[in-house]
Amino acid sequence: MKHKTFFWFILPSLAAMLLFIAMPLVSVAIQSLFVEHDQVLIEVENCTPFKCESSVAVDQEATAALREERPLGQFNALGTYTNRSHLAFAEVREAWNASGSLYEFGAQLMNLPFYKALAFTITYTAVVTPFVIVLGLAIALGVNALPQLVKGPTIFCSLLPMIVTPLIGSLILFWMVDADGILGAALQRIFDDDQLSLKASHSLTWIMLIVYGIWHSAPFSFIVFYAGLQTVPQETLEAAQIDGATRWQRVRYVVVPYMTPLVVFITLMQLMDNFRVFEPIVGFSASAKATSLSWIIFNDLRGGDIQLFGSAAATSLLTILGVVVLLMPVLIRTWQEFGRKVV
Amino acid sequence: MNMMKTMAAGAAVTIGVATAAHADCGIASGNVSVLANDFPALHAVVSKAEECASSTVTFSKNHTTEHRDIQVAAMTANPSEYTTAIVANSSVVPLLNGGLIRPLDDLVAKHGQNLKKNQLITIDGKIMAIAFMANAQHLVVRKDILDEVGLDVPETYEDVLAAAEAIEAAGVMEHPFAMLTMSDWNLGEEFVNMYLGHGGEFFKPGTAEPAVNNEKGIATLNMLKALVEYSNPDFLTYNTGVVAPIWESGNLAMAQMWGSSMGQLLDDEGSTEEVVSGTLPVGAMTVAGGTTPASSLWWDGFTIAVNISDEDAEATFLAMLNGISNEMVMEEGNNDKAVWLMDAYKPGIAAAGIAATAAAGADPYPMLPYMGLLHGAFFAELPDFLQGNESAEQTLADIEAAYITAAKEKGFLQ
Repeated sequence: MKHKTFFWFILPSLAAMLLFIAMPLVSVAIQSLFVEHDQVLIEVENCTPFKCESSVAVDQEATAALREERPLGQFNALGTYTNRSHLAFAEVREAWNASGSLYEFGAQLMNLPFYKALAFTITYTAVVTPFVIVLGLAIALGVNALPQLVKGPTIFCSLLPMIVTPLIGSLILFWMVDADGILGAALQRIFDDDQLSLKASHSLTWIMLIVYGIWHSAPFSFIVFYAGLQTVPQETLEAAQIDGATRWQRVRYVVVPYMTPLVVFITLMQLMDNFRVFEPIVGFSASAKATSLSWIIFNDLRGGDIQLFGSAAATSLLTILGVVVLLMPVLIRTWQEFGRKVV
Repeated sequence: MNMMKTMAAGAAVTIGVATAAHADCGIASGNVSVLANDFPALHAVVSKAEECASSTVTFSKNHTTEHRDIQVAAMTANPSEYTTAIVANSSVVPLLNGGLIRPLDDLVAKHGQNLKKNQLITIDGKIMAIAFMANAQHLVVRKDILDEVGLDVPETYEDVLAAAEAIEAAGVMEHPFAMLTMSDWNLGEEFVNMYLGHGGEFFKPGTAEPAVNNEKGIATLNMLKALVEYSNPDFLTYNTGVVAPIWESGNLAMAQMWGSSMGQLLDDEGSTEEVVSGTLPVGAMTVAGGTTPASSLWWDGFTIAVNISDEDAEATFLAMLNGISNEMVMEEGNNDKAVWLMDAYKPGIAAAGIAATAAAGADPYPMLPYMGLLHGAFFAELPDFLQGNESAEQTLADIEAAYITAAKEKGFLQ
């Protein structure tokens, strides 16, 4: 394709990307560098149906004047990034100096909201991603070996977890693991412990969220692998069979190498998706036990009566930074392979 | 003759409906657009206001539990997306902070002759909202179960602990107590209530500096922890939507709930006769020998946007006055939907708890510009303590640190 043709071809999507992704991102980045003006507070007398009392209110006129002058607020440089709600430099330094052992330091680190969320986010990503790839490949191989007649319905059923809206899926599971729900009650029976609650235990909540994540994402990798399996050359497989390769050996030495580009693709997608884990935490009401970076952003914007835009913006950018760091090894590899092909 | 009567009655009903649908609210013309939370009492008010719609008055409404999150953006727009937002003590604060609602003094002087003095929410001498209902959290008990273990209705949280212990010991129930302890806004509210019961101050007087890291804060935390010991281990997922069905299924003996939920507990749906007849709303408890109930009083009221024309403001005011009129309260089934502040309201058993809590001198939830930030810090840091992961002192220090970080970003602290 000529460069000019290519340019016109990609222009609409490029324009949409700039307008709806790049520009908001720049705006978020700018907002994260500012905090609000010092509020001008005045003493007032408030009356409610219950009583009158003296209270404090924001002086509208004075604040409006300040806003008029500098609409973005006060420049705070990277102050928001380093405060207690985010990277907490001062608190981390203090914890490092005060703690005698690494374990103690870790415990103090987990008391800071950002690191607490990061711990769950990374654990979730690190466990869910490989499981999804292995499980997806296994299902794809299984389905591929089925007789034609039952293939269609099986594929549909295997895709169900992905079709179900994440929030609904997690809510259904949440009700099932309730102490009075079918899974929760069954577990209590099996372990003969009527205090056993998946929602109350820290580690069980993490496991529940991770299992949910695998259940929800496996169909995605299944369908990609299944499509890939259709293109594996039959001649090579037959040649291997004639050479006396077992089914396992054929999968290991023919199918899997052929699937490598797909593994890279799924790894990329899954790393990005899992690092932004959010819905299950809301669906399972699990925020007391597990928080993620995306959940912190949500809580800043929707948790209370007052919205913290700067704080949410800073967490958003740190999340993007995290995704970039995670993807770096995969991206470097892809780039090197690209270079080799061109040469 | 009988048939004639039936027909006449039918005609009367038809006319009644027709006139109701075109209620004369005295509005010449204008736009009315309502943003409100989504629960039955507010539906009653807004539906009544909607009757003011006519060929010259357009009416639209949005009932959503997300109202707090959209109100500021929607009303900052010029012209405002909504002409009125129905708010409560806490959700009015962001509108006040942003200067998004107008003083209502002139409209009240012109049209508000029937409003009572205690319905007028005044800030700095200016009427900013018109309240129409009150709400508060208080205790509700199963009288039959307390009788079974031979105990009186509790008056303090210490009594509640003793009663819960007795019920557990007698083997009647495993988890006899619940409060709204979901680890979101709900849990923050429980801390606020219990801290007010201990006579605590949230801020150093006249400033935005937090003042919860003290003896009363520690006592508050310890009492909350002692109470949730008698609650189901899932307590951090408990909001009204979860606790009310558990109550109706007969698996709770005492619960701290919103007064506005009592109607649901006492109606003849979703529960058994035994549970309903035993259900008794009582006032909020006191704690630690104090006299102020460990609860906060709430009001719901309507405000009028700044960024709309005066004509629309007047139309909206008149429509909402119709919404909160005595006729609305007297309509079938509306009386027990809330504790209304209007004269026509006849308090029933469902209102007993709120009335007792207000009469005992509970404090209103603070209408301070930065209270929402402290509330957020409460529920962010409390779960660690309630799950036994850290000390009360550490939790209170964390609460103050989290609040200070947020308050600095919002410009309340330097």
